[in-house]
Amino acid sequence: MPLLILLVVPLFAAVVLAFVGDRKYAPEINITGSAATFLAGIALALDVYNNGPMLAGNKFFFVDAFNVYLAVLTSFVSMTTAIFSRRYMRREREHGRVGHWGMRFYHAMFQLFIFAMLLCLLTNNVGVLWIAMELATLSTVLLVSLYRTPTAIEAAWKYFILCGVGIAQALFGTVLLYFAAEKVLGEGGEALLWTNLIQSSGKLEPTILSLAFVFLMVGYGTKVGLVPLHNWLPDAHSEGPTPISAVLSGLLLNVALYALVRCKAIVDGSTHTHYAGNIMMGFGIISILVAAFSLLRQKDIKRMFSYSSIEHMGIATFAFGLGGPIATYGALLHMLVHSLAKSSIFFTVGHASQMHRTQDMDKIKGLIRGNPLVGWGMMFGAMAIVGMPPFGIFTSEFLILTATIKDAPLMTPFLLLGLAIAFAAVFKKVQPMVAGEIPSYQKSMKVAHLPVLLHMAIVLAVGLYMPVFLNQWFHKAVQILK
Amino acid sequence: MDIQTTAQIINFLAAMVLLTAFGMLVQRRIYGLIHLFAWQGLFLSVSTAIVGYAAGRHHLYISSVLTLALKVILLPYILNALIHKLKIRKEIETVVNVPLTMLIGIALVIFSYSLTAPVREMSTLVTRSILAIALATVMIGLLMMITRRHAVTQIIGFLAMENGLFFAATSATYGMPLVVELGVAIDVLIAAFIFGIFFFHINTTFDSLDVEQMARLKEGE
Repeated sequence: MPLLILLVVPLFAAVVLAFVGDRKYAPEINITGSAATFLAGIALALDVYNNGPMLAGNKFFFVDAFNVYLAVLTSFVSMTTAIFSRRYMRREREHGRVGHWGMRFYHAMFQLFIFAMLLCLLTNNVGVLWIAMELATLSTVLLVSLYRTPTAIEAAWKYFILCGVGIAQALFGTVLLYFAAEKVLGEGGEALLWTNLIQSSGKLEPTILSLAFVFLMVGYGTKVGLVPLHNWLPDAHSEGPTPISAVLSGLLLNVALYALVRCKAIVDGSTHTHYAGNIMMGFGIISILVAAFSLLRQKDIKRMFSYSSIEHMGIATFAFGLGGPIATYGALLHMLVHSLAKSSIFFTVGHASQMHRTQDMDKIKGLIRGNPLVGWGMMFGAMAIVGMPPFGIFTSEFLILTATIKDAPLMTPFLLLGLAIAFAAVFKKVQPMVAGEIPSYQKSMKVAHLPVLLHMAIVLAVGLYMPVFLNQWFHKAVQILK
Repeated sequence: MDIQTTAQIINFLAAMVLLTAFGMLVQRRIYGLIHLFAWQGLFLSVSTAIVGYAAGRHHLYISSVLTLALKVILLPYILNALIHKLKIRKEIETVVNVPLTMLIGIALVIFSYSLTAPVREMSTLVTRSILAIALATVMIGLLMMITRRHAVTQIIGFLAMENGLFFAATSATYGMPLVVELGVAIDVLIAAFIFGIFFFHINTTFDSLDVEQMARLKEGE
């Protein structure tokens, strides 16, 4: 039942918001819808926590420890983003960057996007997983071009075309998967159910699955933003409205990685080698290094943090590829804390760029004096994202690093190099922005406190003390992915 | 119809699908491209129906009708209406280096055959060599998107890729589960809606649908 509510609420909210349009209370409906989704997510999580994994809707949905935590995370971040976007979008409307239709579109598509991600996470059918992933892309394409500037349209076009091409490869991979599965599981919908595939993965033909994984890796890897398939990501994440940047970086990348990891589990069961893991490790480490070096060259604040997302997704992909309980635990934790920290950073970035009316980092200054929450929020966010203790990202990166030293010692220097460069680059850029005097063109404004504080509090809390339920959850998820 | 004849008809249709893909690769007139795309959809639809008949999989008839409605009638109609409205019906695109593009296309076909060789050996289906052709169609669609600079052409390349995927799904495996096929069709429809909006946005912002002009987002600027 909570499962149904979880999926129906965002879809229903999307329809309502499409009709409500630009009316004054649209942001409040957006928040209410997201909050209801979050509550349903909690209820579902409690259900799964008490009763174990469950199949629902004629085996169409499957919920276990791995996807339920991501579903809760998704609904939580979408709720805080909705709170953040209330003031933010209202101000963009006043500045005339978005029109009447733009606002209608923004709210409806935001909810549709949440629905697509949740469907992607909760479905048991690998084919539907692909469809939901494509739907999530399509619902955000026009949000990226919401401002209608030449650069925004270019970014959205790139996003549409490159992700379209990428995701097409994933569909070919899915067809190959089905091709192998129907011989074992028979025809019809049953052969694409993840629970069936994982059960009989030992009987699936390894050569076909190896081939399928290459296509799935390229396809979903494009959506995760792994180098060299990452070209669209910095553009799409920097040109759209900031709330969209926050959910794209914080949530959609996670969902794409989730799809990849589910597919990897099937392929591993069939090949019994470290083949899929090796490919993921390769993509991961290259992403970390390229993104770290790119960070140094950025001038646009949102572009910089988009590259940081590529780096962190690289770390998580690398860790999933490495496998083993410690690395997998680290990767799961990393997905959680990165998502929270990165969306919180984007909230502060959104406020900062509205205060200065620019995204150019050279022109953003004196944030702490101008607005302590924005300034300190960005400072602590940056400290968290580069992996300083005591924040949660330190814990996850430390776990991943230990596992790397043990299982793949040759990769350690590269991983460390990437982390060190990213550390230096982010600090070098963030420090001048938060410190210093208030420039004359900075405008003070009311900001949304709650989202930033909540996110940072959780990231800090997880770093200091791992809650028992979260710990158990991750252990269960590690078991599933073993 | 015995199995041998069916296999031959399907192989012939597969060849036609590949041929239209090559035709699109070098067709310069946008109007002509849409025609070729519609023909490709028709071959696809007929071959799906024949596979469905030969293998006794009746849900493939639904897929076949769906393809006919979507790829032969609706999408070409939308594209035609769009280029009419945007007044680019007669537009001719400069295609650079046709022979080289063709050679790369041929190389892609060979590559697809060698890549799917292990799958082909294992398959017992009538349609087993289709997988290679489907992959080749996908690859050629990809090549088209890379070599062409016009927004409409890129979209047709994208849709041709989708045709290749559909071909793989229906002919190589006797069809994906219906829920998946319907979902994919809905996604394609939404995509059509979105690129329609996009054409207008690009046209009003850049005064042309040439995507070459979109080069403002570069690193380190």
